[in-house]
Amino acid sequence: MSTAVATPGRIVSAFVPRKRRGAELLLLVLALLIGVGAYALVGLGVNDEIPTDTLEYGGALVVLGVACHVAVRLTAPYADPVLLPAVVALNGLGLAMIRRIDLAELADDPDAKTFATQQLVWATLAVIGFVATLAVIRDHRRLQTYTYTFGLIGIVLLLLPLVPGLGVTINGARIWIRAGGLSFQPGEVAKVCLAIFFAGYLVLKRDALALAGRRFLGIDLPRGRDLGPILVMWLISLGVLVFQRDLGSSLLFFGLFVVLLYVATERPSWLVVGAALFVAGAYLGFLVFSHVQSRVDGWLNPYDDIDRYYQIVQGQYSLAWGGILGRGLGEGTPELTPYAWSDFIGTSLGEELGLTGLMAIIVIYGIIVERGLRTALVCRDSFGKLLAVGLSVALALQIFVVLGGVTRLIPLTGLTTPFLSYGGSSLVANWIMVALVLRVSDHARRPPPDLTPTSANDETAVVKLR
Amino acid sequence: MNKPIRTLAVGCFALFAMLLINLNYVQVFQAGDLNDNNSNKRARDAECSRERGAILVGGVPVADSLRSQDELKFQRTYVKSELYAPVTGYFSCVYGTSGIESSQNSVLSGSDERLFVSRVIELVGNKQPKGGSVLLTIDPMAQQAALDGLNDLPGDTRGAVVALDPQTGAILAMVSTPTYNPNGIANHNGAAAQRVWERLTEDDPLRRLNNRATQERYPPGSTFKLVVAAAALMNDYSPDSIVKGGTTLDLPQSSDTITNSGGSNCGGNEITLRQALVLSCNVSFGDLGLKLGADELQEQAELFGFNEDFFDQLSNAESVFPSELDEPQTAISSIGQFEVAATPLQMAMVVAGIANGGDVMRPNLVQEVRSPDLEVLEGADEEVLHQAITPEVADDLTQMMVEVVENGTGSSVQIPGVSVAGKTGTANSSAERLPYAWMTTFAPADDPEVAVAVFVESTGVGFDDVSGGGIAGPIAKRVMEAVVSR
Repeated sequence: MSTAVATPGRIVSAFVPRKRRGAELLLLVLALLIGVGAYALVGLGVNDEIPTDTLEYGGALVVLGVACHVAVRLTAPYADPVLLPAVVALNGLGLAMIRRIDLAELADDPDAKTFATQQLVWATLAVIGFVATLAVIRDHRRLQTYTYTFGLIGIVLLLLPLVPGLGVTINGARIWIRAGGLSFQPGEVAKVCLAIFFAGYLVLKRDALALAGRRFLGIDLPRGRDLGPILVMWLISLGVLVFQRDLGSSLLFFGLFVVLLYVATERPSWLVVGAALFVAGAYLGFLVFSHVQSRVDGWLNPYDDIDRYYQIVQGQYSLAWGGILGRGLGEGTPELTPYAWSDFIGTSLGEELGLTGLMAIIVIYGIIVERGLRTALVCRDSFGKLLAVGLSVALALQIFVVLGGVTRLIPLTGLTTPFLSYGGSSLVANWIMVALVLRVSDHARRPPPDLTPTSANDETAVVKLR
Repeated sequence: MNKPIRTLAVGCFALFAMLLINLNYVQVFQAGDLNDNNSNKRARDAECSRERGAILVGGVPVADSLRSQDELKFQRTYVKSELYAPVTGYFSCVYGTSGIESSQNSVLSGSDERLFVSRVIELVGNKQPKGGSVLLTIDPMAQQAALDGLNDLPGDTRGAVVALDPQTGAILAMVSTPTYNPNGIANHNGAAAQRVWERLTEDDPLRRLNNRATQERYPPGSTFKLVVAAAALMNDYSPDSIVKGGTTLDLPQSSDTITNSGGSNCGGNEITLRQALVLSCNVSFGDLGLKLGADELQEQAELFGFNEDFFDQLSNAESVFPSELDEPQTAISSIGQFEVAATPLQMAMVVAGIANGGDVMRPNLVQEVRSPDLEVLEGADEEVLHQAITPEVADDLTQMMVEVVENGTGSSVQIPGVSVAGKTGTANSSAERLPYAWMTTFAPADDPEVAVAVFVESTGVGFDDVSGGGIAGPIAKRVMEAVVSR
């Protein structure tokens, strides 16, 4: 896409701006086919017939997809063409798998709680959020004006679950709020706000934070007085771990900040400091908190106590049962794993789509992250760069932490699988994140404003631009 | 800022690569082990609803999977279930497996690597995978004769019979009473199966689920004198060597004595080894054991298979000849008491080894392993476990055992027209319960086709009416007749 054009006397790296909306539409059709096809196959696998509501369901999915596409065409015509189809494909697969678990639960108990319809409502809300974000925020740089506002909102959202009467504890983690019959995970939205805040804040402070301090073991350590922000972030993350018992979010927020610090200052030493603080925090957490110890024990020795670590063990059995090619949609028994439709949707997909399908899903995630980082590379303003990096890295870290957890690569932490898991807050927040990346990308890939003067009538020009 | 972003891209790539590698590890390399885990309900349920291969005896299925109407699709069904239960074991989706159902599970369930090709063909043809079948070495006539023999004793008999082909180690008959009906455990009706299971497992005084032929050890009594005699013959004794006779043997380092059954003097103070065996003279063998020493006895016993787990096709207990015996213990051990304990299978192997010129064969239950389309994947394993004695010693011992049957305690196993070798045993280790009755024997003595060990733990007769020859002998005879006359 970017080609180096050499003209005598100077070398210019020229980006050839193309809209590529046609490519997006084609990929979108493919993505919708995957989503609707998966839904039909789930019915075929479980009940031996294509669900009668496939047309309605497919119609709804197509309407959502096309709405997004039209919104991008109108408001961000130069945006990256791959991101939207990738996200639609994941969302469709997630919906199909949630429906599949619903069917299994309904077979056991006709009055079982189902999630797929609710998730479709959430997806609609998420798409509204996506379109609204693109429509309202026409230039991402305006967000920079509200840097501290977003920071404040982010912190408040993080703290909300701790407010008595508002926050509720589910499965040991106090990361939910419940108001008027609706429950919400504010941490997911806080993630977006904090990414904006970090980007805006670091654009301002990067020069100071880049100053070198003492040299130790070949790396220039930051100056002691500049350690303030990272220590504050470290304490906040520890607070999330201690008071909300949320290992995943804690790691995510801290990791995000450290990475952005590194990108903004171009100083690898921040990574070293961050890693040291992370290790210290993790070790402290392990020593002090039984819930951290139990997660680590469940990771290392789940088979020593199969009843206690039932979920992680079932997740492993689920993956093994899927094998290379998977059982086929509707043909496995992923519902044996607790929370097969939310936290453990990764292993559910691994059981029915196999290693092949789950690897494809991970590669789609990889593509989303890669397109986000590419957007950051070509973006011309520091804030846009940091924002795109922040959003992409937050996504990458979250995927690694949750999929690594359910597949027993690392200890299990409670985070949602972006776009796949059941959960409204997560879905809405992630779609808004994608809208923001598309916004930055549209800006980055747009042709630069034409500044060459119309040379024909120089004498009439009031101001000479040359 | 582009340099760190590029570095970051590499970092993200590394994270995703770790996820992918780990997934390959779990879903490909670990998958087999995870699917074999007992607590894995997915694999277990799938195994239950698969068409499991048959267990065959003489070409006829004794365990088979029949179509059922419930969600598990196939019901494991046992034919002549009580006759074959000690061998087939049971297959239950809830209570697991035992016996051949357990040890041959990979073939029967179809997960065996040798069935890989047929599995792929079934996968391509979209057919349900089927298991292979297992043909047992059991001779149906001998098996029936063994069970009938035990059942014909008065009252509720607890006992076991093992018949071996001495030349191959093939198990021709293996019964244990009281037995059980594996259909009750395999029943898909959960409540009914649970009742059966609880009755069989919760403090069942009859221990019906135990295969007494391989899982339980008992003092072998006088049948162990075969091992002592073998040790003597291997140590320059001959059948005509003079050994101590008389009514009592004073044990060194103690005031205890060994006496003979019925207080006899074995025909004098000095008798031949041959006569000692024919009359099953305790005094002679106690003294012989002291002269040979505990180490020599242990070595000989271990060559016959004691203190070793030589059998993995069924649950198997190691027979015991203890170490570090003092002299009184050595003398008592020489007549098969003290802590000497043997499974009926072990005692059958002792006589089978003698019958086979000294080569003790590893016992084997599996004649053939077949794929679902009846292709033979594996034949019977014939393997020499140990050479326990030399062919010459085996000949001498055989001659002595023939005399036991013709002139001694083993007259009840005489078969007209067939030369039979044998040794009886009666182990009365406590006055509170009936003595154990043993009979170990093989026939024909000149060209052995079958070696049998019969063990009766208790039956409906009086204390004084129990003797190896009287109780166990007739059963051994029926089993040998079933094999020799075929």
